[in-house]
Amino acid sequence: MSTVLRKEYVVVRDDYAGAGKVSSDVKSTLSSIGIPSPVLRRIAVACYESEINMLIHAYGGDIILEIGDDGVIHMTFSDPGPGIPDIEKAMTPGWSTASDKAREMGFGAGMGLPNIKRVSDEFDITSSPEGTTIQLSFKVT
Amino acid sequence: MLTSRIVELLGAQPVFIGDEANLKAEITYAFATDLMSDALAMILHSPETTLLLTGLCNPQVLRTADMLDLRTIVFVRGKNPMDICAELAGEMNLNLYSTSLTMFEACGVLYNAGMQGIER
Repeated sequence: MSTVLRKEYVVVRDDYAGAGKVSSDVKSTLSSIGIPSPVLRRIAVACYESEINMLIHAYGGDIILEIGDDGVIHMTFSDPGPGIPDIEKAMTPGWSTASDKAREMGFGAGMGLPNIKRVSDEFDITSSPEGTTIQLSFKVT
Repeated sequence: MLTSRIVELLGAQPVFIGDEANLKAEITYAFATDLMSDALAMILHSPETTLLLTGLCNPQVLRTADMLDLRTIVFVRGKNPMDICAELAGEMNLNLYSTSLTMFEACGVLYNAGMQGIER
């Protein structure tokens, strides 16, 4: 597979005012090349939840959007820590370690990771104290 | 239910109209929450005809609506998002209203008038 579109973004640590800017750009970029609404909405939801997670649980991070010539959209979210101690618990709907700040923003319901997995066609997560990486893919057709 | 009827029932005031065309659309469903995570997890279908009611008043409400392709938000308890996120509202095709009713009252009024909960 070769890449036909690639964009990289940085989520700045503690930049709560900018929360969601990357996701808005991702959605706008994919909309401009004709990605249909149902899959576009799934990608937007996954990207937004992941971007928020980078702010409220991690020290910021990097987001990469790639579209392959096979039409599959790949998204990678990498942060530099502190990692998720128990991924199984974090994947349990309603389980949350969110801060008061996260709850003020309307997050921290414990629905983030389960929701990201639910809207993605493929979901992979690895985590250590050095950081967490989530890889998602979405089939357009 | 037309937006004009919702506005009348809730005694709501328009605070920003970014999608004039949607004013004539039929709104069939409503979802009420202060948790945007729940909105992102629960609103799966028919976003253009779904109304979001919330008492949370910050930019993440508008971002959430934008991600979900929602078009109409009613802020309860007299909240006005234009006080804190006017610039962001201008970037999005959203119709925003404010009512002095509480969440409980607003939901009750709309439910009695025939508004449905979201499809699941």
